[in-house]
Amino acid sequence: MNDTSTLKSVTPAPKQARPPAGKKTVTTLTESVIEVISDSGEGAQRCGQSLGSIAAKMGNGVWTVEIIPAEIRPPARSVAGASGNRIRLGSRRVTNGGNETDLVVAFNEQVLLGRVRTGELKPGCIILLEGIWRENADARIASSYVQTYDRLVAEGYKVYEVPMERECRAFVADAQRGKNMFALGMICNLYSLDLQLARDQIALTFSKKDPSIIKSNVVLLDAGYQWAENHLDFKFRIPAELAVEPQIVINGNTALALGILASGMEVCAMYPITPATSASHYLSDAFEKVGGVVHQAEDEIAACSFAIGASYAGKCAVTITSGPGYSLKQEAIGLAVMAEIPLVVVNVQRGGPSTGQPTKTEQGDLMAAIFGSHGDAPKVVMAVDTIEDCFYSIITARKIAETFNMVVVVLSDTSLASSQQPFPRPTFSPDWLAPPVDQSAIPAGLKPYDWDPVTGLARRFIPGQPNGMHTVTGLAHDRASHVAYDPESNEESIRARSLKLAALQKTLKTPPVFGGESGDLLVVGWGSTRGAIEEAVELMRAEGSKVSSLHLRFLQPLPSGIKEIMQRFKQVMTIESNWSDRPEDEIIDETNRRYSAVAMLLRSRYLIDVDCWSEVRGQPIKPDTIRRVMREKLRKKS
Amino acid sequence: MTTAATECMLRMYEEHYELEDYQSGVPRWCSGCGDNAILAAVQRLCRDEKLRPEKTVFVSGIGCSSRFPHYMKTYGFHGIHGRALPIAEGVKMARPDLHVFVNTGDGDCCSIGAAHWIHAIRYNMNITVFLHDNQIYGLTKMQASPTSPRGTKSNTTPRGSYLEALQPLNVTLGVQNVSFVAQAVDWIPEVLYDIVKAAYHHKGLSFVRIVQRCPEWLPHQNEPWMHDPQKILLLNHEQGLRISPAMAKIYKNQLQHDPSNIDRAREIASQSDPMPVGILYRNPEVPCYEDLRRSGKLRTNEYIKAGLEAEFDKFTIDGRKPTRGKPAESLARSV
Repeated sequence: MNDTSTLKSVTPAPKQARPPAGKKTVTTLTESVIEVISDSGEGAQRCGQSLGSIAAKMGNGVWTVEIIPAEIRPPARSVAGASGNRIRLGSRRVTNGGNETDLVVAFNEQVLLGRVRTGELKPGCIILLEGIWRENADARIASSYVQTYDRLVAEGYKVYEVPMERECRAFVADAQRGKNMFALGMICNLYSLDLQLARDQIALTFSKKDPSIIKSNVVLLDAGYQWAENHLDFKFRIPAELAVEPQIVINGNTALALGILASGMEVCAMYPITPATSASHYLSDAFEKVGGVVHQAEDEIAACSFAIGASYAGKCAVTITSGPGYSLKQEAIGLAVMAEIPLVVVNVQRGGPSTGQPTKTEQGDLMAAIFGSHGDAPKVVMAVDTIEDCFYSIITARKIAETFNMVVVVLSDTSLASSQQPFPRPTFSPDWLAPPVDQSAIPAGLKPYDWDPVTGLARRFIPGQPNGMHTVTGLAHDRASHVAYDPESNEESIRARSLKLAALQKTLKTPPVFGGESGDLLVVGWGSTRGAIEEAVELMRAEGSKVSSLHLRFLQPLPSGIKEIMQRFKQVMTIESNWSDRPEDEIIDETNRRYSAVAMLLRSRYLIDVDCWSEVRGQPIKPDTIRRVMREKLRKKS
Repeated sequence: MTTAATECMLRMYEEHYELEDYQSGVPRWCSGCGDNAILAAVQRLCRDEKLRPEKTVFVSGIGCSSRFPHYMKTYGFHGIHGRALPIAEGVKMARPDLHVFVNTGDGDCCSIGAAHWIHAIRYNMNITVFLHDNQIYGLTKMQASPTSPRGTKSNTTPRGSYLEALQPLNVTLGVQNVSFVAQAVDWIPEVLYDIVKAAYHHKGLSFVRIVQRCPEWLPHQNEPWMHDPQKILLLNHEQGLRISPAMAKIYKNQLQHDPSNIDRAREIASQSDPMPVGILYRNPEVPCYEDLRRSGKLRTNEYIKAGLEAEFDKFTIDGRKPTRGKPAESLARSV
């Protein structure tokens, strides 16, 4: 199929791939981070996703992260336009995107530069680079390519030029679009993945398409596999140690959407916004199959109001959004709080403030979620921390919303939204589903807000229930839901709505400590950083450090027992993807330092000197970064 | 209304409601406020149509008119400023079995909630909407509203308002999927009732603009039209309102208008003197959004489970066994 002369003619550079002399040695690894990057629309994402699925089928731990440019079609060959996938493979379960990349397949040198500049590539890592640019008719492109290539080589990267497009031309007319499967074939070879599984994966991926498309993609896959076998002198193997049980491979947004399906909710009202929208895309396709409705409203406010209307009428509904949309919903959320209408609000956080960084990850909306909406507006705030948790948290959120007649805010973020991780296929339980709408008559004498003096709870009256007629209102009201401005009614109602949080808190379990129950340093995290924090803690403990971590899924209310855990450690700090002032900055001191969100919460609630470390780089925090932060923290104290 | 004794007996066995069954509390509107007339007409409608109070929901926003649900002994939702329509849409989508009404003012509907107004017309859900248009902000104490005539002196326009008034009928009639538009005035209760009734019976979004008096802030606004019957243009048609002989005697300025004619409706809507009163447009053929979107299938646990498992199947990988889709081996070998 290929021969050395072809290769030479394509890549006359000094350091190009060469056929292996004799049998290749296979290096056994415990894990590896692979990136496939291209211009937008060249299919690197599909390649990466397929790779993740194939490895998961083999029993490897997998975590995939989408690399998404902000624009739909950024200019070709632009530094900021990298589109693709980052795949971390491991022998064991993988809980996060890991550290710097070990091997990257790049379709041009410019998108590669973007990754180099943001420090995503491991020094000296392997780069498989499309070599066709060297001979580009446009002298500027050719020279840019050569310069970049030379620089990367000089900097110590192991760059292999691969004639991907040229090789693909032998099989398909549009070689530019077929390269992704060629790349997949190469990676399968380099990581000793099962070629047949890869073929099956292609058949699955394109199962809705014409069989000829499957055929041509399989040909390209085989070609890539063979090319790597013939031309590259290295090979890896990541032994699979996981039990191979039925697993689901989806990203966080699909998991959220499946959770909505499984929660028995019937109405999801939304307005398009990145990065939340892909959950609604999937839901729009799947929800109708179980009798649900995705309503794309005219704006975020209408979406929230529509969901409140559906909930009020007896069918607890969900609205799903990201930061800017969440800000717009705040007034309506306050109405649901005031009228005690159950509601699930999902906020897939992105970089803020304002329009911020729509495609980048951040944990910047926690304070808005807890304290947002004017006046005293207590609501439940949960943060999902794994892909699997995205699914189950929605079910829990719906239940809490209806049990306590409260707004439950579920915080996810871009990192979870677009990452994939296999998790055991859930076993359906009828308990997940919402009960049918209660249409029984209201007993005489019962009022719509007969708040229990201890828990603040009251039976919710639902339209259709005889004898329950009343008007809910966002105005201050008494037990009969009559507008009431007297001091007693106002305090009684605000007290009741607040007590419900305490009542929920009494039912929450203390979160488990990861690591040891006491020690030198406790790291507290929330949301998508869980995997990275726990991995860092595990490695530090293996090195003998007495560090542990605590991950919070409920941020409002905070479960009991947290103070006692923190008191067992000499130091406590949070690690978060949001802003906190840097103590080393000249004018920052203890009197003006702004802490990260959870650090602020813990400090104010428990009067414990909780420190924090945070970054707002728009990327998931890496386990190695967390280790460095923990080491510094331990060193400063001792 | 007189009915035969036997008929009364029959009705007793079915369901019988009095006006009191729909009355709740004492309205706190000003004396002479047009909202009182609208409330009376709507309570009469509920009684005459025997709407079960527990199956009836009035949704409102914020403003004087939005106090309306508090005075109905039905379910009510006094929401937030401008958002009555999306809340009502959510209610209707979740529960098509409920009778859903919306009470909204000119500030609520035409200003802060204007986006929802446009889209509510397009959704065309089976909801009856009353725009209580007094052409002024009342609850916040006299500021110009979008429907205030140019030159209206108010607390925010002490030298008179600067802009031409927005015409709610024109706007509504300009939106795709409009299916029912009528105009009433609070000071002709008989016609108001007939219009409210026709609006209720229309399947789709019925939009009724009710020109109403605000005796507190714009006491003289509607006087020319109130005092001179010739300044009211009554629209009648066998497919629209039928004017009673008593009314016909007072309001002699009448126009035969076929409410299926949208072009003519738009022309009529653009005039304010004489002020058209009646049904401007009606099209029962426009599909309702809730009918387009709801499957109608009973959502049993089994039904949901089956749907969910099918979705799980799509994403399940099961060890080394080939997943769904055609095995690729034979295809590959054939190349």
